[in-house]
Amino acid sequence: MLAFNFFGATEGGLFDINATLPLMAIQVVALTYILNSLFFKPVGNVVEKREKFVSNNIIEAKNKLSEVKKLEADLLTQLQSARTEAQKIVSEAENESDKLYKEALELANNEANASKEKARLEIESQTSAARDQLSKQADDISELIVNRLILEK
Amino acid sequence: MFFNSLLTNFAALEVGQHLYWQIGNIRLHGQVFLTSWILLGALLVFISLGTKKMENDPKGLQNLLEFLWDYIRDLARTQIGEKVYRDWMPFIGTLFLFVFVSNWGGALIPWRLIKLPSGELGAPTADINTTIALALLVSLSYFYAGLSNKGWRYFEYYVHPTPIMLPFKILEDFTKPLSLSFRLFGNILADELVVGVLVFLVPLILPIPVMFLGLFTSAIQALIFATLAAYYIGEAVEEHH
Repeated sequence: MLAFNFFGATEGGLFDINATLPLMAIQVVALTYILNSLFFKPVGNVVEKREKFVSNNIIEAKNKLSEVKKLEADLLTQLQSARTEAQKIVSEAENESDKLYKEALELANNEANASKEKARLEIESQTSAARDQLSKQADDISELIVNRLILEK
Repeated sequence: MFFNSLLTNFAALEVGQHLYWQIGNIRLHGQVFLTSWILLGALLVFISLGTKKMENDPKGLQNLLEFLWDYIRDLARTQIGEKVYRDWMPFIGTLFLFVFVSNWGGALIPWRLIKLPSGELGAPTADINTTIALALLVSLSYFYAGLSNKGWRYFEYYVHPTPIMLPFKILEDFTKPLSLSFRLFGNILADELVVGVLVFLVPLILPIPVMFLGLFTSAIQALIFATLAAYYIGEAVEEHH
C-alpha cells in the first residue's frame, strides 16, 4: 500500500540514501565541466564579443556626433564672424563713399565760389574801367564844348 | 470492495520503490541514473547542435542558447556580484539546467510507458539522493568560494554584525543544504504523486491543469535552486566593512 515502505526500510523507501548520492554529485561536477566547455565558454565568447562590438560602435558614434556638433558650432561662429566682417566692410564703404561725396561737393562748391568771385571782380573792374572811360570822354566833350565856345567869341 | 481496489491502485504508484543496481558492494538507484542520462544526453545534443556553427548574427538555436546564457549570467551577476560571478556562472548555470531539465523531463515524458522490473522512471530530482548531492555541492562551493576569496577572513562572516550571531550562522550551514534538498525533493515528488493519483482517479482532462501547474512548479524550483545557490556563494564572497 501507499505508505508501505516510506520510512526506515532497509530496502527501498523514499529516504533510501546510498551510493547514488556521491555518484550523482560526481556526475553533476562532470556535467559542470562539460557544459562549461560546450556551452558557457563558446556562447559567452560570442555574446561578449558582440557586446564589445556594439558598445565600441556606440562610443564611436557618440564621438562622431560630438565632433559633428563641435564642427557645427565652429562653422556657426565662423559664419557669425564673416557676417559681422561683411557688415563692417559695407558700413566702411558707405562711410568712405559718403566722405568722398562730401569732399567732392565741397571742392565743387569752392570752385564755384571762386569762379563766381572772380567773375564778380572782373565785372567790377570792367565797370570801373567803363566808368573811368565815360568820365574821361565826358571831360573831353566838356573841354571841346568849352573850347568851341571860347573860339566863337 | 471499491475502496479496496482503489488502495491497490494507489499501491500501483510504487512510491519508494527503486530499481537497484548492485556494483560490488555498493547499491545504486538505477532509475535515477537512467533518466538523468537520457535527459542530460538530450541536453548535450541540444547544446552541441546550437553551438555547432556560432555566428555573430545569431539564428535559431543559437538565439535560444544565447538567451539562456544571458539569463544565467544575469542570475549569477545579481546574486554573486560583479567581481567573481564569472568563476561561478558555469556551476550556477549547470545547477539550473540540470534541475530544470530533470524536472521538466520528469513531468513531460510519459516514463510510465516504459516498464521496469522494479520501481519506475521519473524525474531524477524526485530522488532524495540527487537533491542532497546537489545541495552538498552548493555547500562545498560556498565554503570554497568564501575561503578562496577571503582566506581565513571568511569566518568573520560568522560573527558579522555581532558575535551573538555565531550559533545561528553555524546552524545555517546545516539548514541551508537541508532546506535546499528537501524543498526540491518535496516539490517534485509531490507533483509527481498528485499527477499520478489524479491520472488513476480521473484519467481524462482533469489532470491537465495539474500537469501545467507541475510544469510551472518545476521551472520555479529550478530557478529557486539556482538563485539560492548563487545567493549563498554571493553571501560567502561578500566583503563586510
